[in-house]
Amino acid sequence: MEMGWRWDFTYEILPQMAIATLNTILAAGVGYAIALIVGLFFLLAQRTPSKIFNWVNREIVEFIRSTPLLIQLFFVYFVLPQFGITLSAWVCGMITIGLHFGTYMSEVYRGALEGVSKTQWEACRALNFSTIYTYRRIVLPQAFPIAIPGMGNYLVGIFKDTPLLSTIGVAELFHAATAVGGYNYRYLEPYTLVGIIFLTLSIPAAMWVRKLERDVNISQGKMKK
Amino acid sequence: MTYFEFLNEHGITLLLGTVTTVKVLVCSMILYVIISMIFGLMRLSKNPVIQGTATVYIEFFRGTSLLVQLFWAYYVLPFFGISLEAFTAGVVALGLNFGAYGAEIVRAGILAVPKGQWEAAYSLNFTPAKRIKRIIIPQIFPIILPPAANLTVELLKATALVALVTVVDLTFEAKQINSITWLSAQCFGTALIIYYIMARFALVPFLRWLEVLAARKVGKEKA
Repeated sequence: MEMGWRWDFTYEILPQMAIATLNTILAAGVGYAIALIVGLFFLLAQRTPSKIFNWVNREIVEFIRSTPLLIQLFFVYFVLPQFGITLSAWVCGMITIGLHFGTYMSEVYRGALEGVSKTQWEACRALNFSTIYTYRRIVLPQAFPIAIPGMGNYLVGIFKDTPLLSTIGVAELFHAATAVGGYNYRYLEPYTLVGIIFLTLSIPAAMWVRKLERDVNISQGKMKK
Repeated sequence: MTYFEFLNEHGITLLLGTVTTVKVLVCSMILYVIISMIFGLMRLSKNPVIQGTATVYIEFFRGTSLLVQLFWAYYVLPFFGISLEAFTAGVVALGLNFGAYGAEIVRAGILAVPKGQWEAAYSLNFTPAKRIKRIIIPQIFPIILPPAANLTVELLKATALVALVTVVDLTFEAKQINSITWLSAQCFGTALIIYYIMARFALVPFLRWLEVLAARKVGKEKA
């Protein structure tokens, strides 16, 4: 076997890797969208009048947050068919990522809502605003910038966790690299390419999140240009 | 097969896997704490070469996926003549990855030490090394421990990935038992519960205890 980097092999596998990259981006995007919505449900379920319900919900969130995503993936993928629910690897992966990161999103939302000063609520009460109006016009616009860094970080976080999907057979970038590597018995170029592709996507994404954070802060008058 | 029969038959195997998981956790924890201290300090250096090295390291390991780094350490490094054992490769990859995140926490912690402390150290004519060692470092612990605790719980979860480079840990055993018995709910469910117990009733209380200890050391009693 030839040692060292082989450019011809790199060019040969590049188109395959590019297509798989699109799958990775798609998986991250869909997973993120689900996580954003699931997070809202977890947030609402922790703020109900029933104390027991809130507690149960918190424990569920705590459980999902402190167990590995990898085993959760296996659990969903292998256990659901035992109950007669057979889903494709893609659907299983998206559900699991959505649930897992949804619990993190709910914490981001909660932190943001609690970050809005209590006096804001009192002022709205004094002005006789309705609860919905208070949320829509006063609380949420102030909570949003607090939530931005967390939300952005988890977008990058989900993107970096998508390779786990390859373990249940989702054809994303890492899966493609493993397949190509196994077929040609060369892992150097495929895995290195995966690393480079991740770097070139996630560093700009992280920079964009930081810029977004600044922009929102400026538009809220919290930071000077 | 009832659940008790399942535990009777495979419980020992899962527990042995748990021991390996704990070993991976402890080793990579020590490694990541050392790395984050070194690179956190390097990141604040005035020397552009030292600072640049730290920045490149941090951005590289935070920018790529842990799984990719693990596979790289295990399957690609042999191409360069460096063959690591699965356990070593796993610990090194985990340590390097989490060290990059930890370095940022350390950096933020050092920056959060009030300026007056630096000035006081200057005015007492401490050497730079003494300034960092005696004045700044002891004060950063109450600041960095809460985010570091979160990171350490993430580390425990991340140790599951070493199963994919053939380290025989809890995840590996669960997968193995699953492929023999096809009792997926039992084996993955048990694994999830063991991870949960480790995080919730061992790791988190330990880290909280460290936080209280650190707060007491600098004279800030924590309720």
